[in-house]
Amino acid sequence: MEKLLYLPTHEYIITDGVTGRIGISEYAARQLGNVVYVDMPEVDDEIVAGEEFGAIESVKAASDLFAPVSGTVVGVNEALLDNPRLISENPLKQWIVEIELSDASELDSLLTPEAYTELCANEKH
Amino acid sequence: MDNLKKTALHKRHLEAGAHMSPFGGFDMPIEYAGIVPEHEAVRTRVGAFDVSHMGEVFVEGPEATRFVNYIFTNDVESLAVGRIAYGMMLHPDGGTVDDLLVYRMGVNTYLLVINASNIQKDVAWIMTHAQAFSVRAVNCSDDWAEIALQGPDAEATMLGVLGIDGSGIPFYGFKEMGGLIVSRTGYTGEDGFEIYASPERIDTMWQQLMDAGVQPCGLGCRDTLRFEAGLPLYGDELSDEITPVEAGLGMFVKLDKSDFIGRDAIARQKSDGVTRKIVGLEIEGPAIARHGYEVLDTDGNVVGTVTTGYRSISLGRNLAMALVDSTVAALDTPLQVRVRRKVFPARVIKKRFYTPNYKK
Repeated sequence: MEKLLYLPTHEYIITDGVTGRIGISEYAARQLGNVVYVDMPEVDDEIVAGEEFGAIESVKAASDLFAPVSGTVVGVNEALLDNPRLISENPLKQWIVEIELSDASELDSLLTPEAYTELCANEKH
Repeated sequence: MDNLKKTALHKRHLEAGAHMSPFGGFDMPIEYAGIVPEHEAVRTRVGAFDVSHMGEVFVEGPEATRFVNYIFTNDVESLAVGRIAYGMMLHPDGGTVDDLLVYRMGVNTYLLVINASNIQKDVAWIMTHAQAFSVRAVNCSDDWAEIALQGPDAEATMLGVLGIDGSGIPFYGFKEMGGLIVSRTGYTGEDGFEIYASPERIDTMWQQLMDAGVQPCGLGCRDTLRFEAGLPLYGDELSDEITPVEAGLGMFVKLDKSDFIGRDAIARQKSDGVTRKIVGLEIEGPAIARHGYEVLDTDGNVVGTVTTGYRSISLGRNLAMALVDSTVAALDTPLQVRVRRKVFPARVIKKRFYTPNYKK
């Protein structure tokens, strides 16, 4: 069964423990506004839990993307290269990269949807 | 957040649901409807900005002209009453204390409009140097609020909504109208006006503009607009370390006037040349070069730093301004920009990316 988990920096992973799709939360997409470019890694790149693996450019700024877990990139969402605005419309469907997890135990430190929602509520204060 | 200053219109911005952020010590609106629609409103119609964060310093006294000419790079001796000069205050080494507008209010009275982020530094600088002159300088920044009305419809909107006739005001001129100062100036590359008044009157005028459906604009599009027009932002293209000659603004430093702070350093730079310059860059590919990113030559050596970069809203191209070694500053020089892990080709172009539509 697939689980949805979050980083406090607003990235999510939808994963069955073997592979996972990583994107940004609806809250983050709303904050960013118009997305003009998604800078993503390439297939076979290694990404490392907690480290930057790409960036999302809105009109006003670049926001780094952080990896929720470590793994190897097995796919990228090429639709975003042609039309980066898709990510604003449906961020949970428009994932950015798909990875093969190298250590599923890293999932234990991520936030559940409930914990993440609470975090966003506190950010808005 | 508690020590952030608020402008007279702060409550209006919150009510309008603006996205707020700290800028120059103030809690300022960044965007209302979004940077893109606000930018386009100014380019095609009209937009209203709260620029009350700007600082106002009045200088008056028998030696006011001599004093302003001593701390300011442009020449105010030849400036007519009712006209405005753009220029800088400089450190002795030519680095920029601030860039500012000087309004000649009277024969012996001037208004200096300074950047919000520099108010403290500038006021201290002005007061220190004023001691040697028979002048009085007063920081009135908290007593004045300011709206910028910018865009091709600015003149008609100002008349129709606020009842202020700006048709007789020339570019870089102003009029005093019953407690208001109205100037044909701005920071967008479009025709427009800046209105200075008491916080109460600014609040009333803002509400009139909003009721008339004028697009409120935040600092987000103020930056994308000024960037396209090739105008510098203090902190990006000018700083305590960057001289006006390096920034390509040497024409606002008049060497053929009485002595002023920084004169010798600028005279040297104008005759000997500078080692680095602000240039325009066009980046090939989808990446956007942001402030602080490295500029490389075609061999991969670091030759400079990006000062501002956007995907231009009006032109749809990835553009940047950058401070680079003079050896690579010539037009059409091929360069590269590092955007995180990747390097993208770039080319030196004129930094006035968008041709301003001023009413001259």
